[in-house]
Amino acid sequence: MDLRELYQEVILDHGKNPRNHRFPEPSNREGRGYNPLCGDKITLRLQLDGETISDVGFIGQGCAISQAACSTMTEAIKGKTVPEFEALFDKFHSMVTGDEGSEDELDALGKLAVFAGVREFPMRVKCATLGWHTLKQALHDEGGEAKTE
Amino acid sequence: MTELAPIIPASVKAFDVERVREDFPALHQDVHGKPLVYLDSAATTLKPQSVIDAVDQVYARDCANIHRAVHLLSQRATAHFEEAREKVRAFVNAPKTSEIVFTRGTTEAVNLVAQSWGRGSLRDGDELLVTELEHHSNIVPWQLLCQQTGAKLVVVPMTDRGEVLREAFEQSLSERTRLVAMTHVSNALGTVLPVKELISLAHERGALVLLDGAQAVSHVDVDVKALDCDFYAFSGHKLYGPTGIGVLYGKERLLEEMPPYQGGGDMIRSVTFEETIYNDLPYKFEAGTPHIAGAIGLGAAIDYFSSFDAGLVHAHENAVLRYATEALEELPGLRLIGTAPGKVAALSFLMESAHPHDIGTIVDAEGVAIRTGHHCAQPVMEHFGIAATARASLGMYNSFEDIDALVESLQKVQELFG
Repeated sequence: MDLRELYQEVILDHGKNPRNHRFPEPSNREGRGYNPLCGDKITLRLQLDGETISDVGFIGQGCAISQAACSTMTEAIKGKTVPEFEALFDKFHSMVTGDEGSEDELDALGKLAVFAGVREFPMRVKCATLGWHTLKQALHDEGGEAKTE
Repeated sequence: MTELAPIIPASVKAFDVERVREDFPALHQDVHGKPLVYLDSAATTLKPQSVIDAVDQVYARDCANIHRAVHLLSQRATAHFEEAREKVRAFVNAPKTSEIVFTRGTTEAVNLVAQSWGRGSLRDGDELLVTELEHHSNIVPWQLLCQQTGAKLVVVPMTDRGEVLREAFEQSLSERTRLVAMTHVSNALGTVLPVKELISLAHERGALVLLDGAQAVSHVDVDVKALDCDFYAFSGHKLYGPTGIGVLYGKERLLEEMPPYQGGGDMIRSVTFEETIYNDLPYKFEAGTPHIAGAIGLGAAIDYFSSFDAGLVHAHENAVLRYATEALEELPGLRLIGTAPGKVAALSFLMESAHPHDIGTIVDAEGVAIRTGHHCAQPVMEHFGIAATARASLGMYNSFEDIDALVESLQKVQELFG
């Protein structure tokens, strides 16, 4: 088992220095995510203008995987539309839960492809998807806390 | 003239950890291509071959229901099941075998007392006392009971070292305290509570005491008669026995007065639609077919554990704990959580560079199994203002080499996270 596959430089970097680690001003949606297994907790806010996610940021604490996944996600989806986010969500989810993705799909994920190693660590899938589930919940404004799976 | 050899009972083996390790088949495997280093015994202990064989025998040979049929297999199963109960009695030094109730585990034992004793006994405004160190299973059953009865849950605070001090305990007791539910040994921090002293303080105020012994039974001597506790709960699987079997010890006088916890077969003497007469202790509390193999496996675990001098087992574990404490303290950026004097078997810690969850994954890749998370003791985590710790915990089979492997794997964490 190669840990470098999991803990790639990008992940270590974003884990230590998460980007968009602040709440956007203004913001009109909020989601809260909690993983009761490890205690990871994030609050995510975004500004939704029509169908476009104009700005997004999060405050939270947790392991390197959950923080880096949330951080890279905010970078990837800023300026994207809701359907574009949904499509990316599905691709990311498939990648980390082990469905073999095509090269094209991995290409579409860009920098997010560094999380491909997570599929070898089933116990860590929830860490990688916490931010994504939280954002989904914020968009649908479902109230309550986002749960992973 | 020949000197007299010291008399050592043949059944008591001197403690030789290498010899002990041979008895635990699960230790002899590689994980991720590395030899397994098991440091998660506070979650569950590994099982010696004799326990595995005892469980196997139940299904392979003595497979029958108990307390029912007259056929030979049922007689054998019943005899072994009841022998196991007697082994448990002797192990905790309970006065009577009828005071030993088999449950699914510590959690069910606590729930049994909360519901059976508590629902009929508590009134609005009565108080239940727990400590800040409790496992969720010794908090939530009492919260449910409070909702049902209007009683109030009062919490004895702990110190920053993770101790429960006599003074704080005394201040938390009141005229309305009806029962104290506290852990004997903390699962998250390893603190040993001064239970004997606290029990007598509670009794002076007229309160009953339930001890959660899940973490205690394999690490400290348990003598319910000497402690004078009213209830003692523990699980088989943390004492080298099977999962799904646990024990509630209760004083006969209290158990007699308590109504059944669940209704069903085996717990009755006679049933008509007008009236049901309950069975004697302990069967009144054992509705339905119990975990027969589990109880017999627990009996085998007690036989195994008792074949050693418990003092030597504890001394070995304490020596490994001291060694581990010193080694971990030398790692830069590592902080121990829970430093009570006299603590046993568990080391909770944080590292500056890495989150506990990342530590867990990295050391696992080195073959080292530890627990990460809140250890079902979120109030303990809250006390320290943290969400989780990494925890290495010990069993009788852990060696100094296991600690060396832990330290090496933690150095890998530091290399990766810098």
